[in-house]
Amino acid sequence: MKFKTLVSATALAVASTAFVGAAQARDQVQIAGSSTVLPYASIVAEAFGENTDFPTPVVESGGSSAGLKRFCEGVGENTIDVANASRKIREKEIKACAEAGVKDIIEVRIGYDGIVFASQQSGPAFTAFQPSDIFNAIGAKVLKDGAIVDNSYNSWAEFNSDLPDVEIAMFIPGTKHGTREVFEDKVLLKGCEDTGAMKAMMDGGMSEDDAEDACLNVRADGKSTDIDGDYTETLARIDSNSNGIGVFGLAFYENNTDKLKVATMGDVAPSTETIASGEYPVSRPLFFYVKKAHIGVIPGLKEYAQFFIADEIAGPQGPLAQYGLVSDPELAAVQASIDAEETMK
Amino acid sequence: MTETTLSPAPSSAETPAAPAKGKSLYALDKLTQKRNASETRFKAYGITAILIGLFFLVVLAVSIISEGTPAFTRTVVEVEFAVSQEQFDDAEKQLFKTRAYENLFISGLKQQLDESGVTVPFDEAAIERLLGKPGNTIRSFFRENPDQIGQPVGFELAASSRVDGYMNGRVTRDNIVDSRFLMKSDLDIADALVEAGIIKTAFNWNFITGADSGVDNPGGAGIGASAVGSFFMMLVVLFLSLPIGVAASIYLEEFAPQNRITDMIEVNISNLAAVPSIVFGILGLAVFIQFMHLPQSAPLVGGLVLTLMTLPTIIISTRASLKAVPPSIRDAALGIGASKMQAIFHHVLPLAMPGILTGTIIGLAQALGETAPLLLIGMVGFVARGYPDGLIAGFTEPNSAMPAQIYTWAARADYAFYEKAWGGIIVLLVFLLSMNILAIILRRRFERRW
Repeated sequence: MKFKTLVSATALAVASTAFVGAAQARDQVQIAGSSTVLPYASIVAEAFGENTDFPTPVVESGGSSAGLKRFCEGVGENTIDVANASRKIREKEIKACAEAGVKDIIEVRIGYDGIVFASQQSGPAFTAFQPSDIFNAIGAKVLKDGAIVDNSYNSWAEFNSDLPDVEIAMFIPGTKHGTREVFEDKVLLKGCEDTGAMKAMMDGGMSEDDAEDACLNVRADGKSTDIDGDYTETLARIDSNSNGIGVFGLAFYENNTDKLKVATMGDVAPSTETIASGEYPVSRPLFFYVKKAHIGVIPGLKEYAQFFIADEIAGPQGPLAQYGLVSDPELAAVQASIDAEETMK
Repeated sequence: MTETTLSPAPSSAETPAAPAKGKSLYALDKLTQKRNASETRFKAYGITAILIGLFFLVVLAVSIISEGTPAFTRTVVEVEFAVSQEQFDDAEKQLFKTRAYENLFISGLKQQLDESGVTVPFDEAAIERLLGKPGNTIRSFFRENPDQIGQPVGFELAASSRVDGYMNGRVTRDNIVDSRFLMKSDLDIADALVEAGIIKTAFNWNFITGADSGVDNPGGAGIGASAVGSFFMMLVVLFLSLPIGVAASIYLEEFAPQNRITDMIEVNISNLAAVPSIVFGILGLAVFIQFMHLPQSAPLVGGLVLTLMTLPTIIISTRASLKAVPPSIRDAALGIGASKMQAIFHHVLPLAMPGILTGTIIGLAQALGETAPLLLIGMVGFVARGYPDGLIAGFTEPNSAMPAQIYTWAARADYAFYEKAWGGIIVLLVFLLSMNILAIILRRRFERRW
């Protein structure tokens, strides 16, 4: 008797799960991607749910590349509608998208994010860096006494006497992060050029592309650590290593000023003002990408995009700027392009 | 003559093996002493091991409780506040309505402070820095109770995370750095408001019943929605893994012939129990989401993945408890003419039930605390945004689970979320403890000994 009830209950449960799995239209916007954009997207998603009659969108984490990969899986309710990215979509990703049927993509730039170099509040006096310092500290091959050699620097003071004489320990974003690309472009490559290492490599017979790639190689002897997790992981590493220098987003640093002190880069202190004006050298735009084919199918998708970049939200007085996003001076143009549903070429 | 037999016992000098004359048996010889010493040493090792274990347990418990308790209290701003019909209509016309209500509230509070004669200088920006994000609470209250518009209503609204930190000792005047989040001078206003009885500490019910919030609103975050997600996942696990597991074990234990194939199956079940849970996550992503197109981030999918993970545990414990039923019970049943199935379902299974239930509950508890597979099926991020509306939605609407929610909070920039993560751990541990206690009670009450 008992057994029979159990069996029928199970059958019912299995049947109902199978049924709902097949049917049910999705009524909330689904978003995935960059963990740098995630905080902003979660602020907007919450406000969007509170201020409109649409359900609150779902924002998943995972990294820019993973998000764009899922974005490019195809069109349909079981794929995501929006991909957050802390870098521009790549040519080959656009191609992969097109092959899977995602042809019309709307690119939305939400603002700018600064990348800062910070160390323990009570640690050694790391207060001013140049890109060349960072390159000398963690580049795989550096220019030493006029020759390209494997990096053997142990202390910051060995190449710049203004810096503290402590062991090099850098915690940089891992390769799955969009932040890594900016770090490579604006710091490592710049440092490689500034120190003359790039020129020396090209003089040594390398092509320009090869030299650039060589500049981006990071030493693998433990002085530089790739962090694949979030900034909290970097913060934990810095907390336990007083000589450590970590790479953070501006908003994260501003939320943790009691634990971290920030260094200037190229003699400019990072702040929303210096980033907006372009003086601070290490900043990058943040994006999200919208599947045009889903507009009109998934309720609230276009409204979400419009809400995100409205003046009240993404403008200089909005909650995103309050949290640490540097708002886009050309917000009006972005708003117009969403209203017109302009797709990428 | 055998005189020698009558002669007195030979002296100890001649037979060294005999005990020395005049020495008591209670006096220990060297070998015994050595053995006793090694036993004492072994006991000491054992006690040390237990003490080390206890030490870590105490450290863990103390740190969890001390880090996690702030999550259960919150700093609130308690004021009476009225919204006129015009203000309401005006706010509802805007795009960012909750912000409009916040501005109304801030100017209302400022006026109230002006009248109450607080001597510390303050402005609207400072009040804004003291407050959390009260907009939605105010808006939803007046939307649900339109008859209250125009009348003063008492609100209890969360203060900002930094004021909260100031009240519980995380933020002090020494470690605070002036920023747009909080100025040093704001603490004077906070002190004055505490004195005036406007800012106070209250139990944070919202943490237990609420849903996840945006990263700028730690005061509004709660674990309730993700606990509901966990609950629906456990339902799926229970209703799938218990019948499947029990049926499989009964067949394997009672009916299956002993041959290569059943041996293979047995080995595989044991192996499956040792497979890292992340593997099931990848499997779940590939099969349930990418191939079967089940909805993303849904508790249904999480439950299916955890079912796979829990099945071996249940099968193994069920088979052990079936084995523990003495063969005489089966024999007696078969002897009076019961069929094999009758013998099992009428006699063996009821006796094995306590063991099966214990195994199931422990398997469920394990599944409840599992995070790794959930990372892969999209339960991390801003997912547990609210309660599902309805039973079916509970299975299919995106939701998070408690351990995934804890992981999400731990990764956020604002330290207040870190406290929430510890608080979430306390809630999760309470669930796990009560499930384990239930398992013990079941075993104690229904277990039969032979």
